[in-house]
Amino acid sequence: MEKLLNWVDERFPLTASYKAHLSEYFAPKNFNFWYFFGSLALLVLVIQIVSGIFLTMHYKPDAALAFASVEYIMRDVDYGWLVRYIHSTGASMFFVVVYLHMFRGLIYGSYRQPRELIWIFGVIIYLVLMAEAFMGYLLPWGQMSYWGAQVIINLFAAVPVIGEDLSIWIRGDYVVGDATLNRFFALHVIALPLVLLGLVVAHLVALHEVGSNNPDGVEIKKLKDEHGKPLDGIPFHPYYTVKDILGVVVFLMVFAAIVFFAPEMGGYFLEYNNFIPADPLKTPEHIAPVWYFTPYYAILRAVPPILGSQFPGVALMGVAVLIFFLLPWLDKSPVKSIRYRGPKFKIALTLFVIAFIGLGILGILPATELYTWISRVLSVVYFAFFLLMPWYTRNDSVKPVPERVTK
Amino acid sequence: MKKLLFLLLALPTAVWAAGASVPLDRAPVNPHNQESLQRGASVFVNYCLSCHAAGYMRYNRMQDFGLSEALIKENLLFAADKPGETMQVSMRAKDAKEWFGVAPPDLSVITRSRGADWVYTYLRGFYRDNSRPMGWNNKVFDNVGMPHVLHDLQGQMVPVYRVEKSADGVEHKMLDRLELARPGSMTLAEYDALVGDLVNYLAWMGEPAKSQRMHIGVAVLLFLGLFYVVAFYLKKEYWKDVH
Amino acid sequence: MSETSVDVSKRRFLVTMSSAVGGVAALGATVPFVLSMNPSARAKAAGAPVEVDLSKVEPGMLLAVEWRGQPVWVVQRTPEMLELLGKHDDKLTDAASDSSGQQPEYCKNPTRSIKPEYLIVVGICTHLGCSPTFRKEIGAADLGADWAGGWFCPCHGSRFDLAGRVFNGSPAPTNLVIPPHKYLSESKVLIGEDQGAA
Repeated sequence: MEKLLNWVDERFPLTASYKAHLSEYFAPKNFNFWYFFGSLALLVLVIQIVSGIFLTMHYKPDAALAFASVEYIMRDVDYGWLVRYIHSTGASMFFVVVYLHMFRGLIYGSYRQPRELIWIFGVIIYLVLMAEAFMGYLLPWGQMSYWGAQVIINLFAAVPVIGEDLSIWIRGDYVVGDATLNRFFALHVIALPLVLLGLVVAHLVALHEVGSNNPDGVEIKKLKDEHGKPLDGIPFHPYYTVKDILGVVVFLMVFAAIVFFAPEMGGYFLEYNNFIPADPLKTPEHIAPVWYFTPYYAILRAVPPILGSQFPGVALMGVAVLIFFLLPWLDKSPVKSIRYRGPKFKIALTLFVIAFIGLGILGILPATELYTWISRVLSVVYFAFFLLMPWYTRNDSVKPVPERVTK
Repeated sequence: MKKLLFLLLALPTAVWAAGASVPLDRAPVNPHNQESLQRGASVFVNYCLSCHAAGYMRYNRMQDFGLSEALIKENLLFAADKPGETMQVSMRAKDAKEWFGVAPPDLSVITRSRGADWVYTYLRGFYRDNSRPMGWNNKVFDNVGMPHVLHDLQGQMVPVYRVEKSADGVEHKMLDRLELARPGSMTLAEYDALVGDLVNYLAWMGEPAKSQRMHIGVAVLLFLGLFYVVAFYLKKEYWKDVH
Repeated sequence: MSETSVDVSKRRFLVTMSSAVGGVAALGATVPFVLSMNPSARAKAAGAPVEVDLSKVEPGMLLAVEWRGQPVWVVQRTPEMLELLGKHDDKLTDAASDSSGQQPEYCKNPTRSIKPEYLIVVGICTHLGCSPTFRKEIGAADLGADWAGGWFCPCHGSRFDLAGRVFNGSPAPTNLVIPPHKYLSESKVLIGEDQGAA
């Protein structure tokens, strides 16, 4: 066994990688609940890839066959229903986990110097994930798939000058059709997963280069013992592997509870209207995107057309996502973690969370006049969180940060 | 296209308002009640399958609720030759569209899009309306194209209206309830039970794997519970070093 | 970190337990995925047993039906054909149908059939899966004067007699496969279901 290992090690850095990323990768010892979601996101990625491969074996990317092939999977394929529910639940849970992971970054300042690139890779992953989810959502070819895609692709038509041609190019047809389905399938099962995997590797390589942040926002590499080990660090393996196993089991319990007992999740994970085959001549009574897009959808609807153009709303929706990129440079606070920040940041973050969740709820509801006004207020709050950040973080009354991590 | 986008963004408001309507009755859905499913399947094959297909449902799947293949072949297989076939309908979609205005939809997953309660209320909500081409209207699906196929059993219901004043003082005639004008071959309670079985069958057909799903789910969760205990002590043991 | 108080055996026990439970979990998780690759209900329905009306098969003629996507031949052998069958046992690889799996137990007889006159056989060469040609003419010029009727595979030249038995010197290793079948009545046969089965 040892001989074999030596043979491999002379040709491939197996033991070295194991040490660098697991047994001698030192992570701060004070990780809390919020630090489960990174590894859980990786788990969901694996779940989605595996279940996706098996769905691809039975699914037909053809406008005439797609809906029926999904029902075929649900009925005729042995355990096809389970594979499909795992994939549909996984899609929503991916966003649950990613949103919590991003929130962790926000509260503990994980995007701050020297982790700007980790954050940027992360935001790109988030963007690609949105595209991946959106394209995957078309594949069942139900009414919501169809009209959701119709609306989102038409957003591109709002771009001045080239918009109309751009949206036709994306669809490959004048309406969403077979060509659109076929190309979305190709992008969903090959192109975007490849990009996603590459980005995840980059995200992790960057993380292991600088080391993890922690709830205190203290750099553990500053204080090392005589062997060069950080005083507040513990090897990732076995300590965080056994801890993450515990997190994984709890997560799988939630996951299984949804898959086996509420796969539709009250119409939020699988929408009722998506059990009606796509009909280009008949729009469903109420269209809303899947829940993870609704905050942005609410921002889109909150902006009134200016000079008869929808473009400002579309542009603002895009900015709402892209603005996350700027976070490392908007935050001027001398401390990273919320534990040592002053009241201004805490208030701003609370308002932001309220705005994000509020917009998410409003994006599901039909747009009445009152709701549109609330959406406008919340959209302003959403952007104010970012745009005013240099000001309120600089003037905040921060607490002193300890040398070492706390319990 | 820009216009379409505009329309789609504005549309939800209008239709949502129109959608608020009759309260739905609760359908007695129970995927474990095999006798009810068997009765419902019989009603479905005898009444619904003449016009509506269930194109994703294979006859022999009914073995899941206790029917033998021989029994299916003998009693339920009118429109197909082999029990392995799907529930197709002989009526041509084009003819159907001419007769009813719309082609009768496939019913395989109807309860998953409409909800079992809606279907249950709908099938008990037909009433006489001579202004309609088929002479029937429905309290949850206004101006529906489908006639009341089961009126021999339920009898004829007629609407009773009430008058309501809206905020601007205009009087509106509102459908209050339905009353039995001419009894059918069943009492209303018997008819409700029959529709209950039918809807139970429809709900089952929407997801035949449902009861299997729940059984497996219980086992999976129990197993994960065990896993949790082991993982908990594993983590606790190692983290002694840290604390 | 105090290394001194580590209870090694307890740790080993817990690691073993977790590995076992985790292994079972991983194994269990693969089950639905593996099973999803089985023939689906649609494939099974398409591969359901096929009923054949024997009155349509004239003496000396072959009727090809499809069962599980394969050609199945139904041949009514004439008395002369049956007589010739027994006369070339020495030239056959497996005259007595000894190799198992090539025919159901109830067809392990000299005619390889339930009723001697009706041969029901899967029309796929046991060599590399081509479908042999029916050559019933006795003493065909290209197959030799002693040819008693049978099948010739155009791909690699395997020869079979009218009981689907392979001749010596053919590339095909075994006799043609007799599918499970049963008689529903005098003239109706069901291909794909064993005699014993309900």
